[in-house]
Formats: sequence, structure tokens, C-alpha cells
Amino acid sequence: MFNRLIDRRMGIFLAGLFIITVAVPIGNLLIAGQPVPSYAVALLGKYLCYALLAVSLDLVWGFAGILSLGHGAFFALGGYAMGMHLMREIGTRGVYADPLLPDFMVFLNYDELPWFWLGFDNFLFASLMVMLIPGLLAFVFGWLAFRSRVTGVYLSIITQAMTYALMLAFFRNEMGLGGNNGLTDFKDLLGFNLQTDSTRAGLFVAAAIALAAGLLISKFITTSKLGKVLVGVRDAESRTRFIGYRVEGYKLFVFIVSAMMAGVAGAIYTPLVGIINPGEFSPANSIEIVIWVALGGRGTLVGAAIGAIIVALAKTLLTGWIPEIWLFALGGMFVLVTLYLPNGVLGAVENTIKKLKRKTEAPA
Amino acid sequence: MTTQLYLSGVSRSFDGFKAINNLSMVVAKGELHAVIGPNGAGKTTMMDIITGKTRPDEGDVYWNDVVDLTKVDEAGSARLGIGRKFQKPTVFETLTVEDNIGIALKAERGVFATLFDHQTSKQAAKITELLELVRLNDDRARMAAELSHGQKQWLEIGMLLAQDPQLLLVDEPAAGMTDAETMRTAELLKDIAGERSVVVVEHDMEFVRALGCKVTVLHQGSVLAEGTLDHVSSMPEVIEVYLGR
Repeated sequence: MFNRLIDRRMGIFLAGLFIITVAVPIGNLLIAGQPVPSYAVALLGKYLCYALLAVSLDLVWGFAGILSLGHGAFFALGGYAMGMHLMREIGTRGVYADPLLPDFMVFLNYDELPWFWLGFDNFLFASLMVMLIPGLLAFVFGWLAFRSRVTGVYLSIITQAMTYALMLAFFRNEMGLGGNNGLTDFKDLLGFNLQTDSTRAGLFVAAAIALAAGLLISKFITTSKLGKVLVGVRDAESRTRFIGYRVEGYKLFVFIVSAMMAGVAGAIYTPLVGIINPGEFSPANSIEIVIWVALGGRGTLVGAAIGAIIVALAKTLLTGWIPEIWLFALGGMFVLVTLYLPNGVLGAVENTIKKLKRKTEAPA
Repeated sequence: MTTQLYLSGVSRSFDGFKAINNLSMVVAKGELHAVIGPNGAGKTTMMDIITGKTRPDEGDVYWNDVVDLTKVDEAGSARLGIGRKFQKPTVFETLTVEDNIGIALKAERGVFATLFDHQTSKQAAKITELLELVRLNDDRARMAAELSHGQKQWLEIGMLLAQDPQLLLVDEPAAGMTDAETMRTAELLKDIAGERSVVVVEHDMEFVRALGCKVTVLHQGSVLAEGTLDHVSSMPEVIEVYLGR
């Protein structure tokens, strides 16, 4: 089992992740002079959430051929579920000091808490919803789409429509989820003040653990016989049906697992950045996830995570220096990778290493 | 003689075009049966109907006299024991030859059974046996994409046999094969028949002759003639629509 889950790629990545996960909190909390500044901890945590989101997309796109252009929706829903818990944690510390209603509801003259906010005061319930809500959406959407055998571009387009529709819905104040402004002004999580360095470091570690778990779960799925069937579906769907597999069930399974993973990524992201708003549903976000995966190396899991981190890092740096060119740079990266690195950055690096090895092994 | 497959009065039209028109045919258990006919005679539609890909507008399709095949889907027909080989060899290109056979191997097909599946030594032995039968044991670790056209055809036949089907529907197995490969394929299919029923759709007359079995000639969606190859090829109406051209 160990060998099956931890191949060389996975081993190196997890080792690197482990070192960072230990070093960053130590550098931030324990060493005098803070060699790792607090903003960097939150930033790195955010990257790790993106990496988990990329892994979740790679699971469906890289291995089952389902190109979802709406994965941001699952991420955002997980984020909202956690955001709702954080809103209820505020309690009387809000501007209006209402013990039950979050500020935006008082402002919009709500008399009572909407039914779907019930239970979110409980952390465990909220954590469950972080996975169940994206999972349920994936189930309903996938059940309809896969059973009707919607595939390829058509499926991609309707996933895009799904996230767009959700964005429009969440922008409305009547949704009871903060409308335009989303959910923000969080105070604490499980009693830990979100503004302190130690809480932030804790969230960073949580993101790292979630990423590692997501990678291992994905690896388990993709190296199982089910994973091979999924590759079969990707390569020759009708062949898979004619040897007796109900393809829709298989697609539905990975789609739901992937949506839940994206939900967890969103749930850790929300307290790290301190806000969740309908912008997270924007179609452009979902397309960016696809770019992460393509850039890192589709169908490699680890590559997807690396791709997310590279692009997110580039975005941070570039939007700091010359914000106007970011979108051009992103598009340019995508074009270059598609043209010159068909197996992504990971594939290119591995190829180079292989070539170097061959050169050194060859007699002089 | 017991009936494996029974089609009676089956019709199916696409946008007014009758692809299958009042077609009736019986395949006995263990029988080797060739279906020939010009392009557009309805051979592929017939296979689609048998395997549940297409529903007939009217007519009966029965499996083992009891199961109504017009009510099952592709996966359902495969689970009943119908194996289908496509005209264009369709294998899983980015899986190894061994894995291609492995996922076709008869086993529980549910999502969770597949997720937690462990290959038994018995299954491993079965895979080797099949690979030897289709002469791909030396290539077992290669990606299926690297195989030659003829080898892919054979791999697909191996995948079919891995399902342990009672009936094999084989669509133009000799297409793109060398003469030697063609003859070997005919031998293989003859070996398979007897234990299983085999229906072969084919254009290559040499190949059909090598099979030496009952032949059904389709024309415009219905049966034009049935009998031995020599018998049907001497019939004037067959010569006119097909052989004489």
C-alpha cells in the first residue's frame, strides 16, 4: 500500500511540504525577528489551498477526462459553509451586537435567522457541510449530466454556466448570504483569534495537512482498479461501457470526491483570507484552476499542486510590480505550456533529469 | 439446439431512413455465424440493437429466450454475457496491455468493489493465459498505444474473452490485417466458437470462407439470404446486390 501511494514524485513533494510545514511556523513564531513575516504565512496557506483545489480538478480532468470549468463553485461553497460558521461565531461582537443575527442581516432588517443558517453555530456541523454541500451539488449536477451522457465541450460549458448562475444568485441580498459583500469581519475559530500569528500558522498547517490528505486520497483512487477504469473512460468511453461498466456511476463518484476536496480547500481559505464573497464563483477563477493543472502537468496530481503554487506565486509577484500585465502573463503562460510543455512543468523537469542521467551514464 | 439470440421483426429508422427493416435472425448457442452485406445494409445498427446502444422501433430481441434485450443498456448487455468488438480497434491506449485485459476481466463491476479491488493470483493467471492466447504476453508491460493495428485487434479480442462472454459480436476483425494475421484470426474465432457463440460481421470473402460457417446476407436492413457461403454466393439476387459488383 505504501509503495502504491508514495512513488518518487509523491515522496519528494510530501517531504518538501513537510519541511515547509514545520519551518514556516517556526520561522514565524519561534525565531526572534520573524524571518517569516506573518503576511507570508497567510499567503503560503492560501497557495496550499489553491494547490488542493488544483489536485481536486486534476482528479476529474486528468484521470476521468471531465474538464470542469466550474470547479471554483465547489471551492466557494466550501468557503461559504465555513464563512457561515465564522459569522455565527462573531455573536455579540458585531457592529450591531445582535446575539443571533450577523450584521448584514440586521442591516437588511431580518427578523430571524433563515432556516439554512441553523446548525452552523456548531463547528462539526459546519465542517460536515463544507463537504456535503459541494458534494450534493456535484451529485445532482453530475447525475443529470452524466446520465444524459453530456461529455466534452458541452459538459465544460454547462459547468461554466453552473458557476456563473451561482455567482449571480450569491450576489443577490435575498439569498441571505451577505450578497455583494459576502461574509467577512470574522473574529475567531474554535476560540482562537483569527488575527493572531499562532492561529494563522495553525490554519497554514491545516492547509498543508489537507493538501497531503487530498493528494494521498487521489493517489489511492487513481492507482486502484477504479482509477484504471477511469482512464479507460477518458480514452475510450464506449469501450468501457461495452465491457460492462456503468460509466456514469464512475464519473459521478470521482466528481463528488473532487467537489468535496475543493470544498475543504475553500473552507480553509476563508479564515486565512478573512472574507468569502460571490467573486469566488466567477467563471474566470474556474478557468484559472484549469491553467494551474495544465501548467503543472495534467494527470500527475503532484504537478497540479505545483502548477497552482507557481501561478499563484507569479500572480502575487506580478500584481505587485505591474498589475496591468497579469492577465496577459497568465494567458501567455498557458499558451507557452500548451505549445512547448505538453506534460506540464513537472513532465519537463522529469524529462530533463532523465536526459541528464542518460548523458552521465553514457561512456565518455 | 438452444437459442442464444433471437431477433424477430426488428425495425429501426433514422430520420425516415430504415436502417433495419423487419429483420429476423436466430443465433444458436455455440454457433459461429457470419453476417455479410454491402455498406449501409444495417450490420452495425443490428449490433447496436443487440448490445442495447440503440432501441428498435419495433420487433423482439431476446437473449437465451428469456431476457428482453430492448430493455438493457450497453453495460447491461455486457454483464449478461455479450462481448462486442468494434470495427476500429478500440483499446485503452494509455493503459498497459496487461491492464487492458485486467479491467476487462470478469469481476464485480460496481464502483466501490472496483475501488477496493485486489487482484487475486487466479486472476493474474487468467490474464497470462489470455495474453498467451492472443500472443501478446511478451508485450504485456507496453502501452496499448504502441501496438500495431493487428495487435490491437487481437488485444481487443482478448479483452472480449476476458469478460467470459457467451456471445461475441465481432465487427470486421480482419480489417487492416496481413494475410497471415487474417488466417490466424479466423482460426482463433473458430476455436472460440463451440464453447461460445460468435457472430462475425465481415467484408473480406477470403476470411468468411476460412471461417467455414453459416452466412447471413443483409441487404437494406433485412435478410436477403442465409446458408453456406457457396450456397449464398451462387444465388442471383446476392450476386446482384453484393458480390457481382
